[in-house]
Amino acid sequence: MSILQQLAFVLILGAAGYILSKRIKFLRRNILLGKTETRNDQPALRWKTMGLVALGQQKMFKRIVPAFLHLLIYVGFLVINLEVLEFVLDGILGTHRLFAPFLGGFYTAAMNMFEFLAVGVLVSCFAFLIRRNVLKVPRLNKPELKGWPAMDANLILVIEIVLMFAILKMNAADQILAERGVGHYVLVGPLFFSGLFHPIFDGFSNSFLIFAERAAWWFHIIGILFFAIYVTYSKHLHIFLAFPNTWYSNLKPKGEMKNMPEVTNEVNMMLGIPVESPAEPPAEIGRFGAKDVNDLSWINVLNAYSCTECGRCTAECPANITGKKLSPRKIMMDVRDRAEEVGKSMDAGGAGFEDGKSLLGDYITKEELNACTSCNACVEACPVNIDPLSIILQMRRYVAMEESGTPAQWNAMFQNMETSFSPWKFSPSDRFNWADKVKESEQ
Amino acid sequence: MSTYKVPTMAEMAANGQSPEVLFWVGCAGSFDERYKAVTQAFVKILNKVGVSFAVLGPEETCTGDPARRAGNEFLFQMQAVGNIQVMNAYDVKKVVTACPHCFNTIKNEYPALGGNYEVIHHSQFLQQLINDGKVRLQGGGEFKGKKITFHDSCFLGRANNVYEAPREVIKALDIELVEMKRCKTKGLCCGAGGAQMFKEPEPGNKDINVERTEEALATGAQAIAVGCPFCLTMMTDGVKNKNREAEVKVYDLAEMVAKDMGI
Repeated sequence: MSILQQLAFVLILGAAGYILSKRIKFLRRNILLGKTETRNDQPALRWKTMGLVALGQQKMFKRIVPAFLHLLIYVGFLVINLEVLEFVLDGILGTHRLFAPFLGGFYTAAMNMFEFLAVGVLVSCFAFLIRRNVLKVPRLNKPELKGWPAMDANLILVIEIVLMFAILKMNAADQILAERGVGHYVLVGPLFFSGLFHPIFDGFSNSFLIFAERAAWWFHIIGILFFAIYVTYSKHLHIFLAFPNTWYSNLKPKGEMKNMPEVTNEVNMMLGIPVESPAEPPAEIGRFGAKDVNDLSWINVLNAYSCTECGRCTAECPANITGKKLSPRKIMMDVRDRAEEVGKSMDAGGAGFEDGKSLLGDYITKEELNACTSCNACVEACPVNIDPLSIILQMRRYVAMEESGTPAQWNAMFQNMETSFSPWKFSPSDRFNWADKVKESEQ
Repeated sequence: MSTYKVPTMAEMAANGQSPEVLFWVGCAGSFDERYKAVTQAFVKILNKVGVSFAVLGPEETCTGDPARRAGNEFLFQMQAVGNIQVMNAYDVKKVVTACPHCFNTIKNEYPALGGNYEVIHHSQFLQQLINDGKVRLQGGGEFKGKKITFHDSCFLGRANNVYEAPREVIKALDIELVEMKRCKTKGLCCGAGGAQMFKEPEPGNKDINVERTEEALATGAQAIAVGCPFCLTMMTDGVKNKNREAEVKVYDLAEMVAKDMGI
């Protein structure tokens, strides 16, 4: 490889690294637009949850067909990236198949393994394209995916297909050149899958094959760098964020709603209960519940960026199944889109959160919030432990306590509870009447 | 023959006694015409078995669950703090309730407000009584040879991971339990949770309870068992909506056990 190629490679690598670091800073800042929350109790259980759910794909296996196809891509991604290490070193040092002489027969085995996985990824990506666009699996064709989300999903699959073909094409051209004893090309040993391409390339001249091999090499490595940057703009971020996201899982019973201590202080004062530690004036005057992304916890925003829009939540949501507007996936997409909008505005020196818009109203409507049965089906369904319910309930708190905007029938229920201590309008003195009949009957 | 007893915490405290367990009746158990029968059945079982229990009677108020889930945290905490003051004054240690919403709230949400109790759902309590041999089931009567399906309450199942206790109770009754496709962790909500019980559903193309009832009826079960007052209402309405109320009944677990015991 000429020194010019090495220089070009180092420049491209540096540029990609720079862009990537800017993107990571942007995402980190956006996630931290949410309120601080400390959630690092039970570290052993957290590592275990991450190991089982993210690394081990445990919850994916509730649906066996997509789980298997996804596993092929996942393992392919993890393992083939080992080869990228060799790519990068070759690119910088101007070497070719740097590891081959050191690893000998193991290198051949590894290359065959990579090729096998590349074919697995190809098969899965084609199957996923068919599921999305031909079979039209219902959860992959909901209204919230119209436009960019659907395009994003297909783009990722096409990019992966192209990258995998590049690997196989590169290996095929490379090995024919090695067999012919051209230049520095190293004979790796029989490679099964790229070997199938040999008949296509056999008739070409050495110079064409060198061109084809180099083109595939450059295409593959630039493709990977492009993909790494693309991922930060895409729902595909789950490949990284699934890990922290599962580490920060809610480990409490799913039915528990988080207490609001700021309300407890007021309630205790109203009821004349001595407040143990005198209420310190809050550092910043917050609002009750969540109207916008900065009222949510940073973990809610991390959840949103970890969402890959698979729609398992929405497919299990009783409200969505029966035609209501609520879709838990849309809730997560809305939180992410709003965080992106605010983040971009802040970077451009714009209004940020003061842009006259908010998550509630401009992204998520009360009708959606009011349709939730808090049944936790979405939380249970999520393969990476995202919690849409937490967001819905925080937003309901804002609607009820800051806007008094709950539906009339709920207001009536509140009134019953205030006056007769039951959600129904019964006299509290009748509460124990049910026992009269039992007390009269003989055992 | 003596009559059934329903002692209150106040009466017991006046006599210097304290029961082993507080039976938390809940608003549906106190006021809902249909669910009162479940409360009565459960109290009869407690009497028969000789469990030392008491109720709060007129001192009980709503746990606040529907207010909290509808977003009204003030109202929830007003209810919760009041209840906790009463329960702590009686030095309550253990609570049993037939309502998964009360169960979830007292068990998971009262500790943050100073209410710490051992809380169990009546399905777990019944399972313990059966396992300990305190309740001897005849395995016959009305349910003999019938197929029955169990509808998981979200607040018992996913919210608190209680899936097996109600099923163990049904199996102890020697009934054929047929599962719906969406059961246990994948169970479909009846449509009443999250304070939906207290308002009309949002616009859609179907009611959730009808969707769930269709699934229950498709199993061919002659009865639907539930462990939650809201599920009982929703599934009963669903069966009526399908005009099947003559053949398919909806029961709470406690009613089934009481029937089997002949009480």
